[in-house]
Amino acid sequence: MDFAKKRDVLVIGGGNAALCAAITAREAGASVLLLESAPIDMRGGNSRHTRNLRCMHDAPTDVLTESYPEEEYWQDLLKVTGGQTDERLARRVIRDTDTCRRWMIDRGVRFQHALGGTLHVSRTNAFFLGGGKALVNAYYRTAAALGVDIAYDAEVVELRIEGGRFVSAVVQHRGARHEVRARAVVAAAGGFESNFEWLREAWGEAADNFICRGTPYNRGVVLKQLLAAGAQSVSDATQGHCVAIDARSPRYDGGIVTRVDCVSLGIVVNREARRFYDEGEDFWPKRYAIWGRLVAAQPAQIGYSIIDAKSMGKFMPPVFAPVKARTLRELATALSLDADTLERTVAEFNSAVRPGTFDHTILDDCDTAGLSPPKTHWARALDTPPFYAYPLRPGLTFTYLGVKVDERARMRLADGSDCDNVFAAGEIMAGNVLGQGYIAGIGMSIGTTFGRIAGEEAARHVRA
Amino acid sequence: MSAPSATRLEALVAEAQRVLTICNACRYCEGYCAVFPALERRLEFTEGDVHYLANLCHNCGACLYACQYAPPHEFQLNFPRALAQARGETYRKYAWPSFLARAYERNGVATALVTAASLALAFGFAALFAGSARLTTAWSDAQGSFYAVLPHGVMAGIFTAVAMFVLVALAMSFARFWPDLGEDTLEFLRAPTFAAASWDALGLRYLDGGGDGCTYPSELPSFARRNFHHLTFYGFMLCLGATTVATIYHYVFGWKAPYPLYSLPVILGTLGGVGLVAGTAGLLWLAARRDPQLADPTQRGMDAGFLVLLALTAATGLALLFWRETAAMGVLLAAHLGLVLALFLLLPYGKFVHALYRFAALVRFHIERKRPLPSLGSE
Repeated sequence: MDFAKKRDVLVIGGGNAALCAAITAREAGASVLLLESAPIDMRGGNSRHTRNLRCMHDAPTDVLTESYPEEEYWQDLLKVTGGQTDERLARRVIRDTDTCRRWMIDRGVRFQHALGGTLHVSRTNAFFLGGGKALVNAYYRTAAALGVDIAYDAEVVELRIEGGRFVSAVVQHRGARHEVRARAVVAAAGGFESNFEWLREAWGEAADNFICRGTPYNRGVVLKQLLAAGAQSVSDATQGHCVAIDARSPRYDGGIVTRVDCVSLGIVVNREARRFYDEGEDFWPKRYAIWGRLVAAQPAQIGYSIIDAKSMGKFMPPVFAPVKARTLRELATALSLDADTLERTVAEFNSAVRPGTFDHTILDDCDTAGLSPPKTHWARALDTPPFYAYPLRPGLTFTYLGVKVDERARMRLADGSDCDNVFAAGEIMAGNVLGQGYIAGIGMSIGTTFGRIAGEEAARHVRA
Repeated sequence: MSAPSATRLEALVAEAQRVLTICNACRYCEGYCAVFPALERRLEFTEGDVHYLANLCHNCGACLYACQYAPPHEFQLNFPRALAQARGETYRKYAWPSFLARAYERNGVATALVTAASLALAFGFAALFAGSARLTTAWSDAQGSFYAVLPHGVMAGIFTAVAMFVLVALAMSFARFWPDLGEDTLEFLRAPTFAAASWDALGLRYLDGGGDGCTYPSELPSFARRNFHHLTFYGFMLCLGATTVATIYHYVFGWKAPYPLYSLPVILGTLGGVGLVAGTAGLLWLAARRDPQLADPTQRGMDAGFLVLLALTAATGLALLFWRETAAMGVLLAAHLGLVLALFLLLPYGKFVHALYRFAALVRFHIERKRPLPSLGSE
């Protein structure tokens, strides 16, 4: 790889946003170098763990059912972020999702068809055939065919930004350092979810009990450099997509299979064997993203989802086998919980359950009376052995602390001025749209929209 | 030395179960082929399930390239290879008679040995009945010249006996395999599901990587493998057709081989032979360029052995057609018949059996499709 040659556009990162930027800039005629810090087999950042794209649409399409209008999408986003979003940027993303699938398909991405029968199709999200890694592979093939230079194992360790202008980046590549110059840079290098030192600064010692569900290559080096160079920040270091996942998951990169989908079917207790939140508040797909933070707030950042035989087999099969016991006492022992407390917790829960008609596919009428916290749906007594438990820990997928951008993906400095040759896309700026909370598939929407904007604007800047 | 089959099967089933459990928790690949919708119907995997899913798999590799857990990820998930290895165990386990399962231990060698023996037998018979002089005489295309080299009764006798044995062996393998999938025997023959499976098999429906073609031999989707397989399969069927028509000519009309160039058996056989040669050559060429992480290296001999034998059979058949009026006819006929004999003898003990188990698995897939899915709440 010729690092000495000055390129028009340097793209830092190797996930969805970076690839969209590189392809768009190259198609606009710019010479492009893409630096992926991971080795080729692990390329793609967190995009390799994704599965779908949240799309607005006013009528059914080949890959989406019914309709999901812009306003509903916006309201969903507004609700989960509690207003921590920039409406102009958010609406730009939302509108773009109506049309970007054509662009994606033309560059090799494939979606699962609504006609597929048993296949996953939904109203709000278009599913990638083969998932995010297949998408990433397709984009790499397209980028290479277009003549984008691609370097793997190429970590940017330093950015030279002088007076708001990008000059060069220092790249660590297979034991050697190179200075790479370019007329414009697109920073699409992700967040810092795999940097536990940084997480500890934000979360304190609790961070030691977190699991990074995403790529181990998002250490936030580029983000830190941009902030040090005077970028205005968005969101904060404690915000991110944080799910309650199986505590036995690998430290990094566990992805989708680490999920535990039986929380709403039973109860969740903490290390003290006590419940701490309404497990039946809403459908699990609408609640899983808050449970990571709930578990993070518990002592030692651990929880235990407990169900009985009635619920076994009624949820997505998890990858790890449950802890199984014939009695609650035995289960408590296996989990190193206080057996008396667990029995009391379950007894109180069981006696608070009111009769109802259990139906896991609707917000049913099975709830509790006089219990704190209550369980407002799907409450059934835990009375049928064997009992099963899945240990839970906070699983961080991606972080929201990022750099402020304008509608042209230009990075904004703390003094309010815009950089004219520094652009940002993807997770590193997702906090502009998603300052807190989470809705499935929006990360890929932000990455696809702002990746393409950044690529286009960087190429435009070079031509000007 | 390889481990005893039972131990190896146990280890492979355990690995396949580990892999299937990860896949079932992920499900990103469900759009690629029939294997994923089938595995999603299950919460646990029995040995029968492993045989079933392994034989639904075409080993195209799309799911490995798309897999976030593929090596070097610590889960070390290689779904196509795990299923390929499990398929190898299916072939061994259900071979009939059981002791001939040994043919799968080193199938390439077994194929070569049986071929050599069959050739020797064919030449031996020819020499015995025709004598070495007539074996190298130039012949006209007169009806019956083939039978001057090898009498019709001998030829028909040997091949009828071999065909009967092959049919029994394949039927016995099927009869042992199908119940282990957990379905009734009669379910197999129900018209709608049988027809749906036949349609899928004849079109190689799932050999398409979910639409753009298989990632075979490389990551780049392509229809090359499906096309070469079609050439091979339909070439084989045309050759069978040629033989069937010739049999009717012989017994019904009393017309004796060789037949004129523009007769139905010769046209069918020629087209079939060309298809077989082109198809098998293409498949061998693709296999040689195959991404090694997808293959099960222990099965290379079996895969190549079957293809080479098919190719040689077709090539000698075509050569016999071109040179049947020369002094080479006797030798070519003996060689061709020897190879056909080997091909038939090896049908139940080589790669051909994939057709049997895969078709059974496809029928099962269509039977299952009609059943309700397990309810997993609001996923």
